[in-house]
Amino acid sequence: MNTRAQRLQAWSPWLLLVAVLLVWQVLCSAFNVSEFVFPSPARIAGQLLEFKAEIAHHAWRTFWVTLAGFGIAIVVGVLLGFLVGSSRLAYAAIYPLMTGFNALPKAAFVPILVVWFGIGVGPAVLTAFLISFFPITVNIATGLATLEPELEDVLRVLGARRWDVLVKVGLPRSMPYFFGSLKVAITLAFVGTTVSEMTASNEGIGYLLVSAGSSMQMGLAFAGLVVVGAMAMAMYELFSVLERRLTGWAHRGSQAA
Amino acid sequence: MTAFVDFHDVWLAYNDNLLAQGQFAVEAIDLQVGEGEFIAIVGPSGCGKSTFMKLATGLKRPSRGTVRIGGQAVTGPLKITGMAFQAPSLLPWRTTLANVLLPLEIVEPYRSSFKQKKAEYEAKARALLHSVGLAGYEDKFPWQLSGGMQQRASICRALIHEPRLLLLDEPFGALDAFTREELWCALRDLQAAQKFNVILVTHDLRESVFLADTVYVMSKGPGRFVVRREIDLPRPRDLEITYTPAFTDIVHELRGHIGALRQPAAEGVQ
Repeated sequence: MNTRAQRLQAWSPWLLLVAVLLVWQVLCSAFNVSEFVFPSPARIAGQLLEFKAEIAHHAWRTFWVTLAGFGIAIVVGVLLGFLVGSSRLAYAAIYPLMTGFNALPKAAFVPILVVWFGIGVGPAVLTAFLISFFPITVNIATGLATLEPELEDVLRVLGARRWDVLVKVGLPRSMPYFFGSLKVAITLAFVGTTVSEMTASNEGIGYLLVSAGSSMQMGLAFAGLVVVGAMAMAMYELFSVLERRLTGWAHRGSQAA
Repeated sequence: MTAFVDFHDVWLAYNDNLLAQGQFAVEAIDLQVGEGEFIAIVGPSGCGKSTFMKLATGLKRPSRGTVRIGGQAVTGPLKITGMAFQAPSLLPWRTTLANVLLPLEIVEPYRSSFKQKKAEYEAKARALLHSVGLAGYEDKFPWQLSGGMQQRASICRALIHEPRLLLLDEPFGALDAFTREELWCALRDLQAAQKFNVILVTHDLRESVFLADTVYVMSKGPGRFVVRREIDLPRPRDLEITYTPAFTDIVHELRGHIGALRQPAAEGVQ
């Protein structure tokens, strides 16, 4: 049942992208904008090709550093979320502090992390972690804390312990929230890594952006941005697919038809 | 002869503050239910019917008085009870069959033998689903079923561990009239076959009269029983009976009690 409207919807992001690039290119060409101020898509593509080895090297670095930080964020986020969501006391104690922490700009941590861990991988991994664990924690906690009271009664009457309720109902129930949060968190993790690399690294896309900017290679700097965006989008899509595969029951509206 | 469910002068305040102020959710509940009896509790919403359910399952302990079920004083959650509510609250990631099996994964003695005897338990769950007309839907997910079917599955889940007491809190409240009547018959047949006790909390008078052996009318604020009415209609009862004068007379009579209850409440007289 692949109607015209559905096909259009599937292709719409690509169509919009092409349209934006075309307008951008036409504007740059028509007004003869300097490549040093605002490079055209053609120029960016050219730079991407010209420096492809260098960009790939930095991109790979940013990629694995982000995944390392993101991996820690998943472990810490899930454990903390489990704690906060399963105990009223922990919820009352931890949640306000965590909210306060989340309001701090994570870029401000980079200089501190440099003092502790030196220039390089350490600050980048940790910045990615710090910026991305919060949504995971909040979502797991929400999933666990919003359990239907009737269902809990049904199980408690049977002699279920708190642990039984959490494992049989709470965790599976919070899985859609978890995958939803992964999609948000992975994009944040890329932000964290890139920001950290801009001041505290000699490798990675963040470093590439700063060094390209300081040598007025605007095309190259934009190419770096494009690569970070593409990597984040690819990971987002990966988690979307996993989400649909593993928690299809929560998205039945789109499948039942 | 001792009653199967025995409430003796039971009072419950939800917390110590309310207790000190003398604000009780239910007051002076006296109730004796015989083995295998089907009782219904009717009353306006907010009259403490759900509180009564919590007392009967041991989820709440009375502030005063005693609750004995099956000859034992109730001191904690009672595994010989099964519960179903207005919302079916089935788990959407489990098939209907797996939902019905859930209690067996938790309650002893089934819990410890669940892995070894899974095939046997599955056969039992399938038979139960079959008996309420859900044959062929065992492997569907709850969200693929209609509301009435979900409620049938919910009742199966409450019965899978063969409880001696089934507690139903407005189980058919969210269903349309025709589906509701179908489910009345399903419940009637299950109870006739398995002889478990039922406490049905409802605000549908026709439902209570059609299904129950005894109907209790509860008042609001304070929540207490004001009328006990035995339903002497012969069993097995067919849906046709709901159109006979004898049936409608009883419904009318009970309605009169509820109407009389409402007036003092409106004037704020306790």
